[in-house]
This record gives sequence, structure tokens and C-alpha cells, in this order.
Amino acid sequence: MKTEDSATAVEKGSDSLSLNSAPMIAVRGLKKRIGSQEILRGVDVSVGAAETLVIIGRSGGGKSVLLKNLIGLMQPNEGEIWIDGQNIIGLSERRLAGIRRKVGILFQAGALFDSMTVEENIAFPLREAGERDGRVIGRKIAEILEVIELEGQQKKMPVNLSGGMKKRVGLARAIINRPSCILYDEPTAGLDPVVSDSINHLIRRLQEHFHVTSVVVTHDMKSAFHVGDRIAYLHEGRIYFSGTPEEIQASTDPLIQDFLIGRATLAD
Amino acid sequence: MFVRFLTAIGAVVLSFFIYLGEIIMLAAESLRSAATHRMRWRLFMRQMVDIGLLSQLVVVITGGFTGAVFAAQTYFQFNKLGVASGVGAVVSAALFRELGPVLTGLMVTGRVGAAMSAEIGTMKVTEQIDALRALAVHPVDYLVVPRMLAMMISMPLLVAECIGFGLVASYLVSVHVLDISGPYYVANMVRWTLMRDIIMGLTKGFCFALLIVFISCHKGLNSREGAVGVGRATTEAVVNSSLAILISNFFLTMFLNVIFPAGWQ
Repeated sequence: MKTEDSATAVEKGSDSLSLNSAPMIAVRGLKKRIGSQEILRGVDVSVGAAETLVIIGRSGGGKSVLLKNLIGLMQPNEGEIWIDGQNIIGLSERRLAGIRRKVGILFQAGALFDSMTVEENIAFPLREAGERDGRVIGRKIAEILEVIELEGQQKKMPVNLSGGMKKRVGLARAIINRPSCILYDEPTAGLDPVVSDSINHLIRRLQEHFHVTSVVVTHDMKSAFHVGDRIAYLHEGRIYFSGTPEEIQASTDPLIQDFLIGRATLAD
Repeated sequence: MFVRFLTAIGAVVLSFFIYLGEIIMLAAESLRSAATHRMRWRLFMRQMVDIGLLSQLVVVITGGFTGAVFAAQTYFQFNKLGVASGVGAVVSAALFRELGPVLTGLMVTGRVGAAMSAEIGTMKVTEQIDALRALAVHPVDYLVVPRMLAMMISMPLLVAECIGFGLVASYLVSVHVLDISGPYYVANMVRWTLMRDIIMGLTKGFCFALLIVFISCHKGLNSREGAVGVGRATTEAVVNSSLAILISNFFLTMFLNVIFPAGWQ
């Protein structure tokens, strides 16, 4: 039943964006076990250059695990992950550094360095990349603070920031070196609607202005429809549906509909 | 029953060797990183302050009071035999060869090892280490190497300081409280304290520095399960480092005594 549904659902969606352009990210047969639990059971997905793919799915369904695999923070048990034409599976931590310079990630809770101020956090990737000119660093920080609408907050410590501010600083840190791809882990989770909307606009603006490839993991369907060129539904460790926002909205698959309108089935 | 017992013993032995292997791999990665990657001098200086400068009071008090009490106890025994002036020699040899490095190691473990493990562990559970990795920074380069180098330099100096204050305190107690002749005390101490005793103490301090830094950083880098996990990692870092110091001290003594034998030969 599930396999048939899954096949039908995927057929209903389209993979046209990723097929029309060379994929920046390609995942093939990705499997990941944590302990005895099989989190990912064979994920196949690709993201084209300058495309925004939104991955939706139930809590605990492996979305964040998939994202961490994409940047090599976790190693899968099986499968391939190609980033910009290079298979990252089996690369050592040091050899992954080259890939990671191309890919930024926004962690769910920001993951700011709590011993550093806002500006030190944002300047961190610049300093690590070898930038020593204080004026250049200062100018870039000022520019990025304007983009994330946090001017005047650069001397604050992370402990004194709200959840939304932490995410925006985390985003600034992820994008200051202009990566060609950004991964967002629940960028709007726990934020009020206004801040959520500003983050959504920011993601969209980055894509439009800098042609960044993005993968956004979220539960927030408003955010998914706002930022996504394509939406993939991760269900029971596999991509159950992949299509444009219009296609997913038009889907009559009960599983998709339940998720879209937030309806619990009896089994839940 | 017997098979189950053997399996349990085997599991403990296996996990010990896995742990040992992980520590050795961390040490190898850190030494390789220190030799081949750029040094973060600002982090190194911060660690020198945290480890070297801020540990001074603890080490001075430990050395001073250990020297004082050891001098008193030795005097109580030696005085009965009429060789009270030999107290300086005994205190000096004991401080240089055993008490100085071991007590400094244990105190630094409690102060610095615990802080290292807690700080790195907190970074681990709050995804800050993942953030470092995602920003193409190797956690060993950023977190372990500056601490390792600061420990390698600080520990021998702290051991020397501990011994120095121990000797001063033992002199003050022996001469001004126990009425031992000052010149005899100093003469015996200088006569029986050899360069090889000094080298042995500093060598032990250096070895203990490596044990503390690798055990503590390893525990921090592998801590789990939120605040409870960090607490457990910190406790285990202190306990394991302390045990490692005490156990390795015996083997170091036996080994170094071959190279630097005690007393006149």
C-alpha cells in the first residue's frame, strides 16, 4: 500500500528543476542508522544550482539528520552524496573542509559561539579564511548586520539575544563568506510570525540576489510555500513526494493532505 | 553463568582498549596538527593565562603546605635518630621526584582538566563544535592544540613553582619552628639534590600535562545527553586523569630511575 502510494505520489510531483540544471547537491540511496533505529532508508533527492528545496516531514523523521549528512557532520551507513560534483562520502574531516567552505548551514538553535560577541561570531569565518584587515572585517559585519536587521547589536553576547536574533546572527555567520549553498535547519521554528516572515524574506532575498542553492528543513508550511521552488516530503526515511508548491497543494494523497492541514490520523 | 561472566569481562577490557585507542588517536592528531597547521596564538595565550597564570595560587598553597607538613613529619622521625639536619635532603628529594609533580598534576586536573572537559562538552551538546566543523575548522586545531601547547609549557613551570614553595616552606618550618640548624639544613639539601632529580620532576610534569589535556579534551569532545552528559564527562575527566597520573607515576618512576637514579651512585 505504502509503496504504491509512494510511487504514485512521486509520479504526481515533478523533479524538473533539478533535471533542467546541473545538480548542486545529489543524494543517492542514502541510509542512516542511529543505534538500532533506521532513520533514513534510502533517500534519493537532488537540488539544482540556485534552486531552493524545502524538505518537510514529521518530527523525528530524519530531516535534520539528512541535512547534517549533506555537510558531512554525520556519516551515512550507505549511499552517495555529491556536492558540486564531488562525492563527500568517506572524505576525512580535513578533506571535507574544502566542501564546507562552499556550504553554509544555519543550525536550529543558531549554535553561536557563546564565548564570543555577535560581531566576533560573524567575523569568525572571515578570520578563519585569513582576513586580517580590521576595516574590511568591520565593513562586512556592518553590511551583513544591515541585511539581517540587527544594527547596533554587535557587542551583545549570545546569551542576551532572543531566539530570532540568534538565528539571524547564525545566518549572518553562515553567509558572510558567500557560500554557493546554504542549508537551513528549521529556520522559523519557535519564532513569532513577524520574525518568521522576516527570515523567509531573507532566505528568498539571498536566493534572488546571490543565486544561492538552498535546502530548507521545516515544519512550517507557510515558510515552505514562501521560500520553496520545490518541496520534498520525507516520510519513513524516504522521499515520499517531490514537486512544486502548486503540485503539493494539488495533491490528493491523504498522507500529504494530512500533513498540509495538520490533521492527525487515528494511529497518531 | 561462566560464559556470561567472561563476556562481561571481555566487554570491559574491549571498551578500555577502544578508549585507549581513541586517546592515542586524539594525541596523534593533535601533535600532527601542531606540527603542520597554523597556530592560533590568541587562543594559545588565553590558555596560558587560564592554565598557567590562574593556577598559581592553588599550586603555591599545595606546594607550600605539603613542604611544611612533610618537613615536620620527617623531623619527628629523624630527630629520634639524631639526624634532624637530614630533613632538608629528604624533603627536597621527595618534592622533586614525587610530591611536586604528582600533587601539581592532581591540582591542575581538578582546576584545569575539569574546566576543559566542561567547556568543550558544553560546546558539543549545544552544536558549537558542529558549527566549527561546518565552518571548515577542525575542532582539534581550534580546541585541543592551543590547550595542549599551553599545558606542555605551563605544567613543568607549575611543578617547579610547587617544589620551590615547598622547599621554602619546609625551610621556614624546619629552621624557625623545629629549631634545625639553617646552614646544615641547606647544605644537606643542596648536597642531596641533584640535577637528575630536577629533570625527573619536570619530565613527570610534562607527561602529566599530556595525560590531563588528552583525557579531558577527549571526554569533552565525546560528551552526550545535555547537561547530565556534560556533568558526567567532567567527573570522568577528573577521575580518569587523576588515576592516570597516579598509575603512570609509578611506571615513570621505575623507568626514569633507570636513566636518572636516585641519590649518589
